[in-house]
Amino acid sequence: MRSRIGAVAALAAATLALTACSSDAEEPEAGTDEPSETTDFPEGSTMAALADAGSITIGTKFDQPLFGLVGPNGVPEGFDVEIATMISEKLGIAAEDIEWVETISANRETFITSDQVDLVVATYTINDERKEEISFAGPYYEAGQSILTLADNEEIQGPDDLAGARVCTVSGSTPEANLLETFPDAEVVPFGAYSECLEPLRNGQVDAVSTDNVILAGFAAESDDLEVRGEPFTEEPYGIGLAKDDDEFRDWINDALEEMYEDGSWTEAWENTAGTVLPTPEPPAVDRY
Amino acid sequence: MDVLVDNLPSYWAGFLVTMRLTLYSGVISLALGLVLAALRVSPIRPLRGLAATYVELLRNTPLTLVFFFLILVAPQFGVIAPLGFWTAVICLSLYTAAFVAEAVRSGINSVGVGQAEASRAIGLTFGQSLGNVILPQALRSVVPPMINVFIALTKNTSVAAGFAVVELVGSGRRISQGNPGDAVIILIGVALFYLAITIPLGVIASTVERKVAFSR
Repeated sequence: MRSRIGAVAALAAATLALTACSSDAEEPEAGTDEPSETTDFPEGSTMAALADAGSITIGTKFDQPLFGLVGPNGVPEGFDVEIATMISEKLGIAAEDIEWVETISANRETFITSDQVDLVVATYTINDERKEEISFAGPYYEAGQSILTLADNEEIQGPDDLAGARVCTVSGSTPEANLLETFPDAEVVPFGAYSECLEPLRNGQVDAVSTDNVILAGFAAESDDLEVRGEPFTEEPYGIGLAKDDDEFRDWINDALEEMYEDGSWTEAWENTAGTVLPTPEPPAVDRY
Repeated sequence: MDVLVDNLPSYWAGFLVTMRLTLYSGVISLALGLVLAALRVSPIRPLRGLAATYVELLRNTPLTLVFFFLILVAPQFGVIAPLGFWTAVICLSLYTAAFVAEAVRSGINSVGVGQAEASRAIGLTFGQSLGNVILPQALRSVVPPMINVFIALTKNTSVAAGFAVVELVGSGRRISQGNPGDAVIILIGVALFYLAITIPLGVIASTVERKVAFSR
């Protein structure tokens, strides 16, 4: 019954975002009779179950340049995807045994609570409301909300100039909520996707676009007429979402992240993906709350 | 259920926008639809062709694409509409007018051809026979399909949520952003507010229908 409610919830969340998502992810079967090969995970833990099954289902963004973007070959690419792949490899699961599921902002919690995915690595900001539904490992990256405008716009030099400006963002997103709270004088213009904000920006129908700096950097890198302005005005620590209160799994992922920080694979993953247009930051300290 | 009560002001704000979208688009599309229907039965062939082309074009285009054309494509040809409420009203009116026109035309066709012949025979002009003889009879049989069109319009206003208008669905998205995990309840709340518009519409329809019905 629980899982049926969960499925309905996931469906509802997907409807809310007006986006069709395939949610028919197959659950990896846990606890098969076969003797496990060289697993050194504690009996009964999520890690042992996943390693035994030899496959994992991971939710990520499919439309986010630099972090999770599906190309013509159907395989997502980006920093989130690299992080998720390295975690899977530490579980002994090869990259080709990962099943990628598209999670959009509105349905990430429901996909986790209804067990449709094992992990969500999807530019997923850690916050207290979400911690009531799910658990977060990480953060593995610290983003911040920023402003994108036309290169020849001289009025908006940073977040302080937003009063009275028309600012485009995505309906029902964290950046929208931040704008409404932080800049009550700005006029928020919500669209369905960030990419839809760019033409209105060029036509002068809106004055700026606002969301996480890493997303804006992706747009600015693609076209010369756009520029990111000012310093980020929020902190968006990106975490890895997993089932609530699976502390064993969370601690293990945090350990895995710290290993990646130390052996340089985190930096390498960054430089191969988002690092092509963004400076390489120091890895953030994981938060073992 | 707390999430519904706590966010009542947000719901209410969204509900008012949805109401206004429905009302303005309803009035404009009714006027435009009547004109289109009149053109479609007019004796002048090019006007008939014009109206038929409009109806076929608009009713066969998904509403989302109508929005896309006006908001994201038209600016590339120099037509820059201000974003937000009125652009949404224009899109919804243009789209719904095609359906109104077809409903009215079916009503006109339901009036016996003898009525038109008789009114022309006694010397009424085309406009007079349409306005005084045919339309009064046609509109009676048009009430039920017309209410259908307006109920569809009410629900179609939700498409505006993706195009810079914060109506009921947009409000619902904002509320669910602040309350992750309550998506189902929040959506049910949105649906209830739509019912608050569409059910009274249905009731009005049956009342009007009874009032104007022929006593056969």
